Amino acid sequence: MAHARRGGIGRYYDVNGWLFVAPALGLIALFMIYPILWSLWMSFQSGRGMMMKFAGFANIVRLWNDPVFIKALTNTMTYFVVQVPIMILLALILASLLNNPRLVGRGLFRTAIFLPCVTSLVAYSVLFKGMFAPDGIVNSTLQAIGIIASPIPWLTNAFWAKTLVIIAITWRWTGYNMIFYLAALQNIDKSIYEVARIDGVPAWARFTHITIPLLKPVILFTTVISTIGTLQLFDEVYNLTEGKGGPSNATLTLSLYIYNLTFRFMPNFGYAATVSYVIVVLVALLAFVQFFAARERDR
Amino acid sequence: MNTSVTRNASAVFTYGFLGLMAFLSVFPFIWMVLGATNSSIDIIKGNLLPGEALATNVGNFFTLVNVPLVFWNSAKVTILATVLTLAVSSLAGYGFEMFRSRQRERVYRVMLLTLMIPFAALMIPLFIMMGKSGLINTHLAVVLPSIGSAFVIFYFRQSTKAFPSELRDAAKVDGLKEWQIFLFIYVPVMRSTYAAAFIIVFMTAWNNYLWPLIVLQSNETKTITLVISSLASAYYPDYGVVMVGTILATLPTLAVFFFMQRQFVQGMLGSVK
Repeated sequence: MAHARRGGIGRYYDVNGWLFVAPALGLIALFMIYPILWSLWMSFQSGRGMMMKFAGFANIVRLWNDPVFIKALTNTMTYFVVQVPIMILLALILASLLNNPRLVGRGLFRTAIFLPCVTSLVAYSVLFKGMFAPDGIVNSTLQAIGIIASPIPWLTNAFWAKTLVIIAITWRWTGYNMIFYLAALQNIDKSIYEVARIDGVPAWARFTHITIPLLKPVILFTTVISTIGTLQLFDEVYNLTEGKGGPSNATLTLSLYIYNLTFRFMPNFGYAATVSYVIVVLVALLAFVQFFAARERDR
Repeated sequence: MNTSVTRNASAVFTYGFLGLMAFLSVFPFIWMVLGATNSSIDIIKGNLLPGEALATNVGNFFTLVNVPLVFWNSAKVTILATVLTLAVSSLAGYGFEMFRSRQRERVYRVMLLTLMIPFAALMIPLFIMMGKSGLINTHLAVVLPSIGSAFVIFYFRQSTKAFPSELRDAAKVDGLKEWQIFLFIYVPVMRSTYAAAFIIVFMTAWNNYLWPLIVLQSNETKTITLVISSLASAYYPDYGVVMVGTILATLPTLAVFFFMQRQFVQGMLGSVK
């Protein structure tokens, strides 16, 4: 009897439980799970447009012999190997300076540095493209103060185009990362810093020996989300370098290459899906690394 | 005395560095506003003084772009995405947290895995799906794939943990049905969660680019983000016009930021994008 009643309540809870989550689950199944499995299936097929036939591992073999893919992969890697550490370090320094309660104009600095986060990726890319024009404000300022003798070809030289993408992303996302560190710093007992200061520990040592170790989990978290973001880089590169991937593909990213393969050239859905699975694998690897690092930490 | 010297030096460094960073962060905004008042040639020549071309630029922008239509398109996509995402995700977050079952926990864990799926791996199948259902060039196609968001569900579920269960028990004693409890008690109590989630979804929808670029191919359906991008990618872009466009496109998000700063930061801290 008691058993039957429990079953009844259980079923009551269950119908309601499923009803509440059903719309979301249906949409996720239809627009996430189904497409991601479909593109896995597609990556083993080849052909033009909708005329596709099974091709086994041909697409994966093609990846190795495709210099444009290698370039896109190298560029994407370069972006996060160079950009993510610069941005994270900058955000950490800013957060620890702004964490000082006696700092005058704290709120103002914080708001100003956070402001780039409100712009859309397209809007700021367009602004940067104008500011870094050959005779633009950046080149003319650098020339006026004597740092450079002749204008830097930001948009037409392979090295400088990559540098510009890195500068732009750093501008947009440093404040965003800083907010995470500021929130985490709030939870650190201020007296630790007071004691260190009284003991004569210099500011830089307080930063490397107190702030960074205590913020390690947040740093790891932001590193992973920044890296995943960089792996998916598209809007900035598309809008800064005319949608083509810059001078001789110097700024081409994996996402942009997939877009080009699908919508710019004669569509090859199978091969494009294979390239997209390279991103899936990289993101999964990263999540794996984060998972194990987090477990290490809990020990 | 030595310490006061180092203290002064470090204060100079702190304020100098923060000042420089704040300036670099804000400068593109100033440049954008000044740019709107200058002619295209003056802008790319790096002129930093207010010019006299504001009226011309605004005029040209309104001639080149069907402004009311483009903003209506952006607003439509954003409102649809925001309302539907908040509704569907808060229902799911409430469901997962309030009605626990072993199977649902399993489903929830699989759902969280979808957070790792990069959009690039979805866009080809989604494009074919939309093509087959005749939804290319519709705003529905832009909105549909974004409504079921594992992240926003996660956000609601985490916040639901703070929802006082006595309220629900009391409502049950009063004879309210589950949907009534959700609608009349949960929703008003969780206002601030809705506000933070609103900001995440609003920002993403208003600024969305890659997916609209793929599915919105006719000029009648394009959103402001697409319009700015195409104005700026002309062979000789008219930067004065582009600046007017970027200002107009940035104003809504800027307004949300200044009016809801606290929730904005809260939403940002919760958003993993």
